[in-house]
Amino acid sequence: MAERPPLAVTEASSSDKPIAIDIRLVSKHFGFAQDIVRALDDVSLTIRENEFFTLLGPSGCGKTTLLRLIAGFEHPTQGRIILYGEDISPLPPYRRPVNTVFQNYALFPHLTVGENVGFGLEMLGRPKAEVEATVSNMLRLVRMQELMNRRVSQISGGQQQRVALARALAPRPKVLLLDESLSALDLKLRKEMQIELKRLQHETGITFVFVTHDQEEALTMSDRLAVMDRGRILQIGSPHDIYDRPQNRFVANFIGETNFLKAEMLEVAGGMAKVKLDSGSIVSAHVPDDLAAQGKVTIVVRPEHASLVSPGPLATLSGVLEHVVFFGTDTHYHVRLDQGGEFIVRQQNDRGKSQGWSTGMRAGILFDGDAAQILSD
Amino acid sequence: MVDTALSGLGHHAGEQAVRARRRDIVNRWLLSAPALIIIAFAAIGPLFIMAVYSFLAKGPYGGVIWHFSTEGWYRLLFERDIFDDTVSFADAHLTIFWRSAKLSLATTLLALLFGFPTAYFIATRPERYRELWLFLITIPFWTNLLIRTFAIMEVIRNEGLLNSLLLKLGLIEHPLQLLFTDFAIMLGMVYVYLPLMVLPLYASMEKLDFRLIEAGYDLYANRFQVLRRIIIPLVKPGIIAGSILVFIPSLGAYVTPRVLGGGKNMMLGNLIELQFGQGRNWPLGAALAITLMSVVMIALLVYVRSASRSATSHG
Repeated sequence: MAERPPLAVTEASSSDKPIAIDIRLVSKHFGFAQDIVRALDDVSLTIRENEFFTLLGPSGCGKTTLLRLIAGFEHPTQGRIILYGEDISPLPPYRRPVNTVFQNYALFPHLTVGENVGFGLEMLGRPKAEVEATVSNMLRLVRMQELMNRRVSQISGGQQQRVALARALAPRPKVLLLDESLSALDLKLRKEMQIELKRLQHETGITFVFVTHDQEEALTMSDRLAVMDRGRILQIGSPHDIYDRPQNRFVANFIGETNFLKAEMLEVAGGMAKVKLDSGSIVSAHVPDDLAAQGKVTIVVRPEHASLVSPGPLATLSGVLEHVVFFGTDTHYHVRLDQGGEFIVRQQNDRGKSQGWSTGMRAGILFDGDAAQILSD
Repeated sequence: MVDTALSGLGHHAGEQAVRARRRDIVNRWLLSAPALIIIAFAAIGPLFIMAVYSFLAKGPYGGVIWHFSTEGWYRLLFERDIFDDTVSFADAHLTIFWRSAKLSLATTLLALLFGFPTAYFIATRPERYRELWLFLITIPFWTNLLIRTFAIMEVIRNEGLLNSLLLKLGLIEHPLQLLFTDFAIMLGMVYVYLPLMVLPLYASMEKLDFRLIEAGYDLYANRFQVLRRIIIPLVKPGIIAGSILVFIPSLGAYVTPRVLGGGKNMMLGNLIELQFGQGRNWPLGAALAITLMSVVMIALLVYVRSASRSATSHG
């Protein structure tokens, strides 16, 4: 603990923190006329101080474009980007108190590890003694002190990742941008770096904006995340919100596995609705924030939010077990429903206690209390 | 019985190996023979002849007389009075040497100044257009050097394109004397040797990772700092290669200073030619040629040394 560098330790983010980044109706178009590509389409978003905010989506969804707009490598076609109250949209990247950890790290091959880390401070014209002190602090923070005089080409991928982090953190930016920064690492190293990143975010008090296409990474690391597709933000929320309460088909599909069921809306009261399934059962389900759908709707239920029961009048759904797939920690039961369609139930495995289900058996399915979520589309 | 058979076999195998190795060596020499012959005839042979000639006496109508003399080397820096044989220091050759070095250096710097942005421009074009730009850069190479040099003469002479344009625009009242000046020689050499600067620069820049430039901007470096701290160090091999490729032929340039300098602004190439022609002093010409080559060799050696030293200090 005594080894800790002198950096402010701040509380985890909460909603009373000031707004760090305010993205207002930002659009970015590439190309001309018919060939126009709308990389971003009227995106609005606020990120609070010291938040770990993730932009999640498939490749080409606009997440990297949004990050590059914040960094200043691109300028918005429309809209404004406000950093702590100041409109930074017209500023070049070198006038923005924002630093980036690049996807391929982009370390300067002609400089040593230490020179890379000190580059930003040197460009800011800080005195030599301060640069040296910060460089050694930063290298200690990412546990790379011994390699200070090495050339970048002489260190491993994981070490380069740490140097890239230290280099971006050294000028104490207000916001740190991370562009798919962990995707080049192998699984074990990635897990290590995920923990490391959370530690650094906590220790430095800096706002992190992280871009990834890896939903698991997004769920584990973020305070909040935005799911993007085709230049639009589809849902913003905490990992819990996003996972348990997907608002639309894309989010439900992109994150985790899920079951889609057709249903008919009966009545709405206080954010919950009664819906009637094809099987005739009536269940209560969460209503999406922007309820456009009426009458026929689609509901989603996560495989682990349902369980297998003996078939009978108590079961919400019933069908025949088609596949039983063992995954070690849990087992997936694929049920062919009587009304058509497939429903997957995931159950935790319990040593010594056999679940007693096998292929070909008839089974009933019961949802957990508030497992069902109505989609807005 | 078995024993002797085995040892006999072993002996046989050893002999085969020796023969195979010998065949390998012969093959290697045969394969490299064409290259060795060319090097011997085109490079080492003429150099050797030059070295020998520089130590012979000059013939009255050019050529050499086969007896040993250091007169050629002597005449590099000294003059012998034709009446009383007294020797005095003469700086005429040194002056030309110095002029050549200055003009070549200036040419190299100008070529770098124009070549760097050109190469950067090409390297930053979309890949399918780069070939076209490179092609355009090399087009002048396909035209005869003399014709291109005369073309420049047409542009810069007193009644030429440039002067008439400036006169028409009212920017000048009398034509500028551009032709037959050092400026004209420099302009000509920059024009002729520019592709030799652009091509190695482009080769270096093409390999440049442009994300490093973004990283520089991201880390608060402005345009000038990105150029100085990131781009230039990374394309340094191209800068050095291009500079050498321009400097060396400039130092020995003959046609350009002859045509655009009008004969009165001599460079080394012209001086050497003079000795083998009108001057009828082959030993002096040979000595000058060898001196020029030595200077170039020393410069190259210094470069190679410093390049390998900087490589090891980084390593």
